[in-house]
Amino acid sequence: MTSIPDSRPLTVAASHGVHDHQFDDSAQQQEAATLGMWLFLATEVLFFGGLFTGYTVYRSAYPNAFGEASRHLDLVLGTVNTGVLLLSSFSMAMAVQSAQLGKRWRLLGFLTSTAVLGAVFLAIKFTEYVHKFHEHLVPGSQFVFSGPESQHAQLFFSFYFAMTGLHALHMIIGIVMLAVLMVLTLANTFGPEYHTPIETIGLYWHFVDVIWVFLFPLLYLVSR
Amino acid sequence: MSNTIVSTRTYLATFVLLLVLLALTIVAAYIPMGRFNWVAAMTISAAKTALIASFFMHLRSSHRLVWIAACAGCFWLALLMILSLTDFWTRGWLLP
Repeated sequence: MTSIPDSRPLTVAASHGVHDHQFDDSAQQQEAATLGMWLFLATEVLFFGGLFTGYTVYRSAYPNAFGEASRHLDLVLGTVNTGVLLLSSFSMAMAVQSAQLGKRWRLLGFLTSTAVLGAVFLAIKFTEYVHKFHEHLVPGSQFVFSGPESQHAQLFFSFYFAMTGLHALHMIIGIVMLAVLMVLTLANTFGPEYHTPIETIGLYWHFVDVIWVFLFPLLYLVSR
Repeated sequence: MSNTIVSTRTYLATFVLLLVLLALTIVAAYIPMGRFNWVAAMTISAAKTALIASFFMHLRSSHRLVWIAACAGCFWLALLMILSLTDFWTRGWLLP
C-alpha cells in the first residue's frame, strides 16, 4: 500500500475495534469524546446565555411592550414546532439505542426521521418568518407596530429574530451532521462496539432542543 | 457509562412526559398570576431540561466528569445572569 496509514478516517479505524494510541481502550476513548461534546455544550450555554441575559434585561425594562409584541406570534405554530422538536429528540434517542443494539437499518430509519422532523421544524419557522415580513413586524425601516411602545416592541422582535435565527442555524448544522451520519451508517461504520459519533451528535441535537424549550415560553408566552 | 442501553419504554415515557409539560406550560400561561407566570414557565422549562438531560442525553448513567461539565455550564450561566441582573435590576434604586 502506498497510501499514508494516518490518512484513514478515525471512524474506519475505530470500527474495527482499534482505539487510538493515546487511549487505554475504546471505552475510554468514547468517554473522552462524550466529555468533549459536553464541554462544547457548556460553551454553547454561555453563547446563548448572552442573548437570554439581554432578553431578560429588556423584558424587565419594558414588560408591557414585550407582552403586547409576544401576542403577535403564532402560538399554534409555536406549539406544533415544540412538539415536532421533542419528537425529533425522541427519534434521536432511539437512533442511539439502535446503534447500541447493532440494528443498522433501524438506525438509518431513526436518523432519517430525526433529520426530516428537523426540516419540518425549519419549514414551519420559515412560514412564521414570512408572515412576520408580511405583517411588517421585522425590525428595520419597514417596521410598523400600532401602539405607544412601538420602539420597545421592535426590540422584542429583534430578540425574536436573533434568538430563533441562531437556534435555526444550529438546527441546520445538526441536519447536515445527521446526513453525514446517514452516509456513514450506509457504509456500515457503526455497531455495538463503535457508535460514538451517533452518541455525541445526539447530545448536540438534544441540546438544541433544550434551547427551544426555553425560547418557546420566553417568546410565545410572555403575556397571554 | 454511556454504553448503558436505555429501553424504548423509558424513552417513550420521557417523550410523553415532555408533551404533558408542554401542555402544562401553555395552560399556566393563560392563568393570570402576575410575575409568577414567568416563574411557572421557567420552572416547567427547567423540569423539561432535567428530563431531556437525564434520559435522552444519558446524564444519569454518564461518568461523573460529565456531570461536572454539565454543572459548570449551569454555574457560569448563573454567574452571567446574576451579576448582570443585579446591576440592571438595581440601577433605579439610586435615582429619585
